[in-house]
Amino acid sequence: MNFALPMAAGAAALLGIASVVGVDWDAPPSVTEQIGYRGTGMYVTKDEKEVREALAANVVPESPWEPDPEGERASEIYENVPVLGHLSDDEFTQFMASITEWVSPEAGCAYCHNVENMASDEVYTKIVARRMIQMNQTLNVDWTAHVKETGVTCYTCHRGNPVPQQVWYRDIEPEKASNGYRDGQNVAAMFGGNASLPQNALEDYLLGDMEIRVHADTALPMGTQAATTKETENTWSLMMHMSESLGANCVTCHNSRAFNDWDQSPPQRVTAWHGIRMARQLNVEYMEPLTPLFPDDEYHLGPQDDILKVGCNTCHQGVQKPLYGVSMMDDYKASLGEKSPNDYQVKIIPGLVAPEMSKAGMTRFGRE
Amino acid sequence: MNLRPEYQNIFTAIQVRGHLEEGMPLPEGDVPRMGQPFHSYWMGKIGNAQIGPIYLGFLGTVSLVCGTIAFLIIGLNMLASVGWSPIQFVRQLFWLALEPPGPEWGFRIIPPLDQGGWWVIAGFFLTVSVLLWWVRTYRRAVALGLGTHVPWAFAGAIFLFLVLGFIRPLLMGSWAEAVPFGIFPHLDWTAAFSIRYGNLYYNPFHCLSIVFLYGSVLLFAMHGATILAVSRYGGERELEQIYDRGTATERAALFWRWTMGFNATMESVHRWAWWFAVLTPVTGAIGILLTGTVVDNWYLWGIKHGIVAPVPDLYPTVVDPLLSTGGM
Repeated sequence: MNFALPMAAGAAALLGIASVVGVDWDAPPSVTEQIGYRGTGMYVTKDEKEVREALAANVVPESPWEPDPEGERASEIYENVPVLGHLSDDEFTQFMASITEWVSPEAGCAYCHNVENMASDEVYTKIVARRMIQMNQTLNVDWTAHVKETGVTCYTCHRGNPVPQQVWYRDIEPEKASNGYRDGQNVAAMFGGNASLPQNALEDYLLGDMEIRVHADTALPMGTQAATTKETENTWSLMMHMSESLGANCVTCHNSRAFNDWDQSPPQRVTAWHGIRMARQLNVEYMEPLTPLFPDDEYHLGPQDDILKVGCNTCHQGVQKPLYGVSMMDDYKASLGEKSPNDYQVKIIPGLVAPEMSKAGMTRFGRE
Repeated sequence: MNLRPEYQNIFTAIQVRGHLEEGMPLPEGDVPRMGQPFHSYWMGKIGNAQIGPIYLGFLGTVSLVCGTIAFLIIGLNMLASVGWSPIQFVRQLFWLALEPPGPEWGFRIIPPLDQGGWWVIAGFFLTVSVLLWWVRTYRRAVALGLGTHVPWAFAGAIFLFLVLGFIRPLLMGSWAEAVPFGIFPHLDWTAAFSIRYGNLYYNPFHCLSIVFLYGSVLLFAMHGATILAVSRYGGERELEQIYDRGTATERAALFWRWTMGFNATMESVHRWAWWFAVLTPVTGAIGILLTGTVVDNWYLWGIKHGIVAPVPDLYPTVVDPLLSTGGM
């Protein structure tokens, strides 16, 4: 009996199916690291090629120069600098040079400023940038439980793009017919690791504050935990987003034999717990209120006209510690490492001018 | 010497083709058997070369109709859930599902159709179809003068099906506990079920079910291999060998007695296999029936009953931040 033919046919059929559904397989070599107690199956496996690519893609940019904190304050030299007025002139220009490189290397200053009148607030991106600077300061001051001493800068998310590329929005594609029922799941969930899990779980947890915990704390039913398997799938979808965003897996934060048990959980779980609340605050207090400012196009809003929102991947970009944990804060202590002494309220005025720039390199959000 | 003699085989080596058989005459008033029987070379490779005739009768016909209705409801709902796009239907077929009603509907008999009502209706027709097919296997077994082992084994599987889709949701008072009809979604349900109820790994009936499942596989492999190995001595004529033990049986028995000190008999190995197969879904169903109704967290239940292996406290600094921060 010749086995080669049926085996080859079987392999071809399998590869055919795999190519149709678009699987994401890792080719060897891979490295596996034990991260928990023996016998608990706590291993992290990484594709060496992907690790090399991530290392190359996550390099911290150099500061243009080391700023001098002495000298006249920016508020004394420039008009209309409510959030950064407390910086020295040198700190201010060093930060402006950096933010241009981080966010709009192509459009340059004109991405946010009317270059004829730099003090003017007529370009909407300037209002957004000001609010984002406040957000960044809040992150580094109030959220050390998550960002630790490493901190974040604009570059952590933007990476040279005017709009960060790894964001999420309300996803209802493919749109169901009126009489169908899939309960917001059962299609490849773009923001849930392409699983058939709920598509918009991030909206429930990183915008809303739906309860993530679905476990009973008692062995026997005491009526204290009402969650069903459906709520569990929703939580799971969030967890898929987190592990995809960090290039990690369940056991990075959990001993999977008892997902809910904190005593057996690695400390990363505490960091992640704060991260969830951090992302929620960023979306609720900083992102959503800015919605009216943005142009109504596929580069700035999701297909359902909601603002592009912060997820774990926005900073992490596939790496457990964003930019491999290299801190940029030494060079931006005054601008991003502390909150502005001026408690300035950014005003949301719809209908401002959009910067003139080519959309060529920009990401279109939404499915093809 | 030929390295692969004819009788050393894995695939069926010999096709026996006799006259096409119609079978015994049916009792008066029965629906006649359907289809002109014929021989198929390729089917003969894996089973009997004769295909048909088939006896559907009243029960079989109604069962097939109900099954088709369920299949169409599920398929059309999948198609509707991608906006009737045939491309998305094919591309995402493994992801698609008809989802049971959400927790807000409790155990209401028919929630709105686009809120899970279709799931209940599809489940109803599928259940009717399966139950009628069960009656049919029972009646056919009796009609042929057989024991009713096949229908009762089938009943074991049906019990698991009913527990998953009906009995347990009924006891929990919510359709949301039931399994979606879909490829990946039902697998997601399985994992979510285990996660929600604190890891089914610590559910003793889940353990038993796995023992019987893997045991079935092992027994099937051992038995199949043994019989193929002694087929050169006529060992595949198992029933004759039960009452007239020949050299095939002797050799098979000796093989196992020499290798593990004990051997089944031509009769008992089939009883082993039947019980292992039947107990797989039956113990599994009991485990599922107890989950959420009697036990809410199997891991904690396992702690209580001393079946959880202790691990050292590797992370003494980790405290639930909800307790240490009061939520912020």
